[in-house]
Amino acid sequence: MIENLDLGMVNWARAQFALTAMYHWLFVPLTLGLSWIIAFYHTIYVKTGSEDWKRLTRFWMKLFGINFAIGVATGIILEFEFGTNWSNYSWMVGDIFGAPLALEGIFAFFLEATFFAVMFFGWNRVSKGFHLFSTWMVALGSSLSAVWILVANAWMQYPIGQAFNPDTARFEMQNFFEVAFSPYAVNKFTHATSSSMIVGALFVVSISSWYLLRGRHVLMARRSIMVAATLGLLASIFTIFNGDESAYEIAQVQPMKLAAFEGLYEGETNAGVVAIGLINTAKKVYDNQDPFIGFNLHIPGILSLMANRSFNSYVPGMKDLVYGNTEHNILGTAQKMELGKQAVASLDAYKQARKADDTAAAEVHLAAFNENKEFLGYGYLKKPEEAVPPVALSFNAFHIMVGLGTLFPLLFIGFLYYSFKKTLAEKKWLLGLGTITYILGLIASQSGWVVAEVGRQPWAIQGLLPVTVARTNLSVGTVQTTFAMFLVLFTLLLVAEIAIMVKQVNIGPEED
Amino acid sequence: MIEQLEYSTLQHLWWLLCSVTGALFLFLTFVQGGQSLLWQVAKNQTEKDLIINSLGRKWELTFTTLVVFGGCLFASFPKFYSTSFGGAYWVWILILFTFIIQAVSYEFRRKRWNIYGSLTYEGFLFINGTASLLLIGAAVGTFYTGANFTLDSNNFVTWTHPLRGLEAALSLSVASVFNIALGLFLVFNARTLGAMYLVNNLELGEVPEMEGRLRRASLQNFSVALALCLLIVVSLLFMRGYGIVDAKGTIEIVSFKFLRNLLANPWLLVMLVAGLGLLIVGVWKTAKTQQTGGIWYGGLGTVLIGLTVLLLPAYNNTSFYPSKVDLQSSLTIYNASSSPYTLKVMTYVALAIPFVLGYIIYVWWLLNREKVKIEDISDHAAY
Repeated sequence: MIENLDLGMVNWARAQFALTAMYHWLFVPLTLGLSWIIAFYHTIYVKTGSEDWKRLTRFWMKLFGINFAIGVATGIILEFEFGTNWSNYSWMVGDIFGAPLALEGIFAFFLEATFFAVMFFGWNRVSKGFHLFSTWMVALGSSLSAVWILVANAWMQYPIGQAFNPDTARFEMQNFFEVAFSPYAVNKFTHATSSSMIVGALFVVSISSWYLLRGRHVLMARRSIMVAATLGLLASIFTIFNGDESAYEIAQVQPMKLAAFEGLYEGETNAGVVAIGLINTAKKVYDNQDPFIGFNLHIPGILSLMANRSFNSYVPGMKDLVYGNTEHNILGTAQKMELGKQAVASLDAYKQARKADDTAAAEVHLAAFNENKEFLGYGYLKKPEEAVPPVALSFNAFHIMVGLGTLFPLLFIGFLYYSFKKTLAEKKWLLGLGTITYILGLIASQSGWVVAEVGRQPWAIQGLLPVTVARTNLSVGTVQTTFAMFLVLFTLLLVAEIAIMVKQVNIGPEED
Repeated sequence: MIEQLEYSTLQHLWWLLCSVTGALFLFLTFVQGGQSLLWQVAKNQTEKDLIINSLGRKWELTFTTLVVFGGCLFASFPKFYSTSFGGAYWVWILILFTFIIQAVSYEFRRKRWNIYGSLTYEGFLFINGTASLLLIGAAVGTFYTGANFTLDSNNFVTWTHPLRGLEAALSLSVASVFNIALGLFLVFNARTLGAMYLVNNLELGEVPEMEGRLRRASLQNFSVALALCLLIVVSLLFMRGYGIVDAKGTIEIVSFKFLRNLLANPWLLVMLVAGLGLLIVGVWKTAKTQQTGGIWYGGLGTVLIGLTVLLLPAYNNTSFYPSKVDLQSSLTIYNASSSPYTLKVMTYVALAIPFVLGYIIYVWWLLNREKVKIEDISDHAAY
């Protein structure tokens, strides 16, 4: 069956999942970040009893609610698309992957859903203290839901705590704590949530800047900016640190991804990062074209430092990883494919022997399988070059993310500096930049996911399960139809959401 | 203690926990029922807004319960998840579609610049209120009537019908009638629950005419639901099923399988009868008296009926997702479950469920101490 797979279908299924995930991720970072910022606003209101802070809190809550609804709408699809479009994957890793999803529902979604109602409708129905508690619980629930889905995602990138069971033909969990607390998962969670806090802060800064430029709701805007920029700056600093830690983890477990997002074809000692450079999209891993077009500026040693905590360490390039490098003891994809094919053949032979009740033969084939099982996924690749993800997309997304991620803390510092000097309203250039900064935040956040997900192609589970095997047995026409359905529906809803949001911002906090 | 549990016990336990979640979802479909009643019982804008605002405080709970139901099935019975979602593709995609349009409708409906107008979002709510339950019911019907799939040696699914799951409701067969009857039962039961919930949750003194319409609607819709329920129960008594007939897990068609299951597990029969009885009491209290607590009887009754519907095709060595085209591809709680380790880990986690239920009930009680009234629909957060 796998031999007859329709690559067009796989690519459409990938496109559909990417579409859903990217639409979902337009709204989730704001939910994650803004929920904490609102919790701080609400706390200040309860502490001070000020009606101004109450109006401010309710205003941001209203925008939060609009965004939350469409986030929920796009989120339900993601959970079920694992089953509809990636059913082979769902079977092969459901024993491990399903548990975090179930935990997410039990611990996070119910927390969010239950206290969301109190947060919005509890103003005159519950005590002030319980109401504030509910707002904090919504923030906590949002972050908890991120924990579990990111644990699941991290496991796909770094599949530990599991073993392949040849009898059931699936990967089974061996150690829950290894899955839940893998360093990859911890970094993924901290990076995703702290960067989402930045996005939330940028949202507040954008709208507040617009108010200040227009001279409307000046007090509310200034107060909103003070809290949001402070949290945004703290989150930015944290994001830089956990981003560095993420790069280190990627270098250790997904060296191909690291090489792709730095456009590193040939391995280097004292490897540098590209500060300025235009990637050559025509270059292939097997040719000798220059990876960059025209001028490019490398800062030497930084990539080695990121990857191995040492300026002089060796970072393998894509060619080393595809074709092998004996000097640095790197097994190439071609060799791994050979071992993988042996694993696939041994597994098939084992199943045949079991079916024929030939215990002795089954044991022999199982032993042969166990020798090569870590390369199982490579057995399904057609050629070594398939192991290289789309380089230009990974490179560009990574550099956009890092570039914008460096800009944001400077922006927050600027806003805080002029806020303290009480001259913010006069700095039109900063307010102008601030107004569009939320869009930049979304671009950075989306780019982060492109780096994470495009960079790990062709794997659904790193090294163990390629996307070509993970898919559902569907016709390309079916997936094209649902892709179009979701594209149209999500776009229509997004347009409505933006219009409502713009109107609410235009109305401001007066009409409560 | 959990460490000592046998694999089979864990499999039964997790099917029970999934079923409880599914049954609670069926109770919470009063939201869908209320949505589909909107145009029937609300005759002006105020009445509409009241209903939407009452349901709007609960829709997320229903939605979340459905998501958790899916998540629990994925975690504990991944082979069902992969087989059904990947195989019966169109059924699940359409169900999801109806929930996407629901999720934005409450928030967007009355907001200015919502582009498509309130009626569009009310239409979305109606579609979700009816089509989602009809399709879910048809999908659950295949637990009894079977589906068109085969599994290969890797347990990868191939669907053998071009309608990819929609044939459960669209093919000309007795099975389709059964599946549709189950779907329609869910629709009309939800409408009954919706009417009972609204009677309980709204400040009825402000809308006496709508109160009358709601109370009547509970009886009208229950009459249809009851007829469908009886049709389903009678069918079940005579229906053949797919049973495990030996220790190797061989599946064969067994006549009167569900009657045999009921006789082997008479507590299922007790639950079914008690569930129906409670629903009748709830409807009677709502339609024939001035009481407002009918939803609690109806809700508990629905949970019991839901539990019976979900447990009956799985327990007593039955295939809960039979393949009509390749009997040995059929799924049972034994061959479709997660590994013992995963089920044990999740059982530890499940110890927290009473705590989760506890705070949900507390918050529900807290918010429902005051009925939803006209004053509330002009609140800044109102839907």
